[in-house]
Amino acid sequence: MTQSTIESAQGSGVEGRTGRFGDRIFAGLSKGAGVLILVTLAGVALFLFREGYPGINVDPSEMDGSDTFIQYVGPLVFGTIFAALIALAIAAPLAIAVALFISHYAPRRVARTLGYLIDLLAAIPSVVFGIWGIRVLAPLLAQNVYPWLGDNASFIPLFSGSASTSGRTMLTAGMVLAVVILPIITAISREVFLQTPRLHEEASLALGATKWEMIRQAVIPYGRSGVISGAMLGLGRALGETMAVAIILSPSDGYFWSIITNQNSNTIASNIALKFPESSGLEVNRLIATGLVLFVITFGVNALARRVAAAGFSGADG
Amino acid sequence: MSTLATSMTSRRMSNQGHVAVGLATVAVGFAVSAALNGLSPSWVIVWSFMLYPIAVYVSSRILEDRRQATDRLVRVSVTLAFVVVVLPLASLVWTVIREGAARFDATFLTGNMRLTPEDLAAQNGGEAVGGAFHAMVGTLIVTSVAALIAIPLGLFTAIYLVEYGRGRLVKAITSMVDVMTGIPSIVAGLFSYALFVLILGPGTRTGLAGGVALSVLMTPVVVRSAEEMLRLVPNELREASYALGVPRWKTIVKVVLPTAIAGILTGSTLAIARVIGETAPLLVTVGLAQETNLNPFDGRMTTLPVYTYYQYVQPGIPTDAGQSRAWAAALMLVIIVAVLFTLGRVLARVLQPKGMR
Repeated sequence: MTQSTIESAQGSGVEGRTGRFGDRIFAGLSKGAGVLILVTLAGVALFLFREGYPGINVDPSEMDGSDTFIQYVGPLVFGTIFAALIALAIAAPLAIAVALFISHYAPRRVARTLGYLIDLLAAIPSVVFGIWGIRVLAPLLAQNVYPWLGDNASFIPLFSGSASTSGRTMLTAGMVLAVVILPIITAISREVFLQTPRLHEEASLALGATKWEMIRQAVIPYGRSGVISGAMLGLGRALGETMAVAIILSPSDGYFWSIITNQNSNTIASNIALKFPESSGLEVNRLIATGLVLFVITFGVNALARRVAAAGFSGADG
Repeated sequence: MSTLATSMTSRRMSNQGHVAVGLATVAVGFAVSAALNGLSPSWVIVWSFMLYPIAVYVSSRILEDRRQATDRLVRVSVTLAFVVVVLPLASLVWTVIREGAARFDATFLTGNMRLTPEDLAAQNGGEAVGGAFHAMVGTLIVTSVAALIAIPLGLFTAIYLVEYGRGRLVKAITSMVDVMTGIPSIVAGLFSYALFVLILGPGTRTGLAGGVALSVLMTPVVVRSAEEMLRLVPNELREASYALGVPRWKTIVKVVLPTAIAGILTGSTLAIARVIGETAPLLVTVGLAQETNLNPFDGRMTTLPVYTYYQYVQPGIPTDAGQSRAWAAALMLVIIVAVLFTLGRVLARVLQPKGMR
């Protein structure tokens, strides 16, 4: 039915007048809601800039540490990206394996429950992950893993320096971040793996492929772009994750490559969470400016993820 | 022909073979653990798990062929990966229950953190004092504010996208909802703070600001799920309604929304579950208070996640007392999230229109 016939049918109806009036209000409300979302997003950028600008443009001598804004935010940007990449390196392979397990290996009845469990894992508040990380994971690693790495692998820059005895290291933070983003990557990967056309899979099996060969020939090529965009969404989440890092990491000022010591570059989000409640004046503006930087970074990563996903789906159709 | 037949019925590992491989792995695990870590049960398990895929690959390579060996290796690795992922979840749930149960008592559920000198003395003596009632009330208020903003806003936006919108505005809104999904929670908090600086001046903390921050995180989730549900409503229903002369808005209210209500409620419940544990945005917008504050327009408020954070990192003296309260609050949070999550799933099943079940 075309638009004009709908409207003329309504116009001639018994309720014509009130109908049209009600329609105008309802259409206005819903359009207004949509526009409000655009305004909010513009507002996020605008207000962050408005409140952040004094912190960017400040005379360094007025701030403690007398850093310029670039000097201040540099190590934080490094720490943010470093932590997120560690998390991604740990989470992505595991998430893909788990997604494959749920979609192709586990019995179907079990698979549904497992999917539910993974989704629930995604909903657990990050502050709970944070205190679990510092209570359970950090001591475990500090006792069993870091000393060994420090003794035997210190020729690798990542494991150089004196191993932390508290476990409040970049690696611990990265591992907890990995647990936080794992469900996101798993959920998206599982979804695309399940969408693999049945005929592709059966054709492969009929030609004598083993299950793994079938997955390599049919499932992975089909799901590749979805998995990549899922991983990038996970990366975006890791970049912005605050509490787990704030609770676990023992931060220092500067750039640090070693991931098993007590000296670590902080992340932007964690730095804000640690300093904001006690800050005032220009310090607040500077923290908001770092938040703006974080916003720009995550915006870029998410935009890239969507572009990958869009390119992949049009390719799969063609 | 005969070669094909033999290769298809070629040597397969028997069940006894698998058991033998498993036992051999544990034996090697014992040896490695004894050599490297001293003989402890957990290390034996760790080493056995790590060695098992290799053992399977090697034995299958000898008894079967390369393709079967790779297939088995992947199957075992994928299953192990799942176990590795479930371990932290199990450990987390276990830790939260074990540590949280200690202070999950009446004092915790009804008290607040305005502690008198007598309370503090009692605490030093090892008594359980202090609670999180004010934090539960705060979480309820802040989350309600967020839901009151985000659910109507998200629902109307979804209605616009599905029922009314055309052309560039729809495209713009869709992509901006995508962008909003990716906003880090702390940035949403900073935005709300910066907004309320304009209205109330710098340094203020209110429940309302927290609600606004959470609504920024919640709205895109609501839009997404509501949009998806509205698109599932068959067009025939709309057309039948129009054919009876029912105006568009009434069609939406009386036909489209009731059909999609199960999905919309589920989506909204899950969206609430998502934001109810957010800590970072509330840290910068709502702050911390000692007592119950019922007014979202004035003054600081404590919420459960922020309470958990501060009780853990600034537990006071003795440390154990504060940290036990933190774990109890964490247990509360996990229970709330799990209940909301399950409720969402159950709602979806119960409210589904008949015939779509």
